[in-house]
Amino acid sequence: MAVRTLLFLAALLVLALIAPLLIANRFLIDVLTLILFSAFLGQSWNILGGYAGQFSFGSVVFFGTGAYTSSILLMTFGIDAWIGAIAALFAGAAVGAFVGFLSFRYGLRGSYFALITLAFAEVFKVLANSVEFTGGGIGIFIEHEPGLARLQFDDPAGYYYIALALTVVSLAIAWWLERSRFGAYLKAIRENEDAAEALGVNAFRCKMYAIMISGAMGGVGGTFYAQKFLYIDPPIAYGVATSVEMLLVSIVGGMGTVFGPLVGSFVLHGVNEVTRHYIQTPGLSLIVYGLILIAIIGYLPNGLIGLFKGRARPKDAEDA
Amino acid sequence: MLSMTMMPAAIVNGLMFGAIYALVALGLTLIYGVLHIINFAHGALLMLALYATFYLFSLAGIDPYVSLLIVVPGSFFFGYALYRWGIGKLAHGRDQNILLITLGLAIVFENGALFLFSADQQTIDVPYAYESLDLGFVFLALPKVISFFASLTICLLLWLLMAKTDMGKAIRAVAKERQGARLVGINVEHVFALSYGIGIACLGAAGCLLLPSFYVDPSTGNIFVIIAFTIVVLGGMGSFVGALVGGFIIGITESVGGLYLGESLGQIGISLIFILILLFRPTGLFGSKV
Repeated sequence: MAVRTLLFLAALLVLALIAPLLIANRFLIDVLTLILFSAFLGQSWNILGGYAGQFSFGSVVFFGTGAYTSSILLMTFGIDAWIGAIAALFAGAAVGAFVGFLSFRYGLRGSYFALITLAFAEVFKVLANSVEFTGGGIGIFIEHEPGLARLQFDDPAGYYYIALALTVVSLAIAWWLERSRFGAYLKAIRENEDAAEALGVNAFRCKMYAIMISGAMGGVGGTFYAQKFLYIDPPIAYGVATSVEMLLVSIVGGMGTVFGPLVGSFVLHGVNEVTRHYIQTPGLSLIVYGLILIAIIGYLPNGLIGLFKGRARPKDAEDA
Repeated sequence: MLSMTMMPAAIVNGLMFGAIYALVALGLTLIYGVLHIINFAHGALLMLALYATFYLFSLAGIDPYVSLLIVVPGSFFFGYALYRWGIGKLAHGRDQNILLITLGLAIVFENGALFLFSADQQTIDVPYAYESLDLGFVFLALPKVISFFASLTICLLLWLLMAKTDMGKAIRAVAKERQGARLVGINVEHVFALSYGIGIACLGAAGCLLLPSFYVDPSTGNIFVIIAFTIVVLGGMGSFVGALVGGFIIGITESVGGLYLGESLGQIGISLIFILILLFRPTGLFGSKV
């Protein structure tokens, strides 16, 4: 990576670190927190969908399981949320392993994989609605007792820093994928699974690792959500909307790129805030989301990031 | 056991609903069979058909069964145009792009409906809504009986269209071998759009038949998305008979499941069938082996 890019990223990180000190408007801090959080969840989708090419329509299943895991540990057993977050990480990875083992073992690819993940999310939603320990349809209310052990804060900046840390970690994971042999395997599987296998890549194992990493991230994200909003129920934990948002930010920003989800999240949430500011009608921002998704697929298949990378391409062509 | 005596009633009710499910799934399976794409906007388009039927009734006073004559052709042209000048142009021929574009369309339609029609559930009040037929062991609401037979008739008409007409022959040719079809002079893009239009016309019919005994709100379509996919996968992607049989199986599963497991847990049966079929027999009951 060029020195200039590194300097730019370092400056960006410093700016992100001191942002809560510069911004007096606490609402704006909340918006930034959500943007970062959404970028984090998007990155979780991106690892499986963008790098490994396995499009999931039900990635919310990891998020919801994580949210329920830490919330049940906290409210039923009195276990602090930071331990809950670790439990949620493993729970998310376990659900990832479960869904992944079944889907990949039986060779589901492409649209079939998308559909089965959607169905898994649906099954989890119905189950969460029907069993006792999740609070059924009533959901779980989480007590607000600010403190680092509980990952709850009076000042929105507390949540902001946690979301920032999550985002930085997720960027680091994607960065590692870009550089590592494992990441190269995933990309090979994405481009042509049969060819990758023929070259000796264990596609099943790589896809399992990818879905488990994705699941672990989603699980931790669930804990963060529950501690911030202090309430979860089956539609929040396992609803389609979150799955869609996860893939939306990645695709809009640029699938299979390190900064795609972050860029996508900034743009989509920016659009959302602006439309909400001018027209206060339900649904309008989502209409815009849908149109952006269609336009990106139709005209910018590499996402917004592709706009910048596109310039380098003619040079590559000359080399070849 | 109490539920044993209710069992036949549950099965018959399941069959009634299953016919509508079959009609919805038929559109999906046709689109899959010919275009090899998964139309994720299927539920949202059904929702639009339901709204069209609803407004034809409430604004113009047209009976839902009469509006079949308007909504079905309207849906066909809408579907045709949507594919010809929308989906087909934007997808660049990649399957996953189509999946995402139809997902985008579903988001736009659903929230467009929310924006224009509000989130309120709408029902219509037709004079015959509460009339019923007595079969001895079960009372059946008249609208459900009508929709049952109408759905079967439409399935039969569609089969005739595919089997006996030149258009059907062209569609089947494209479904089997699109390059070959292009070589013998079939306009493949036109046939793709035709198939998509016919698939959406099935939804138009389902909307008209469904509304008298159902309701519509912007998220109605979501109920049918998983169900329609389950039926199509169960029956075998692209199989007409499969969609019909799958529709009945799912309709019965749902009503019997609801009887034994309760309203909330009963829905799990459908998703579980879906997952199990995808895992163990992805070609479905009537699908050809790949």
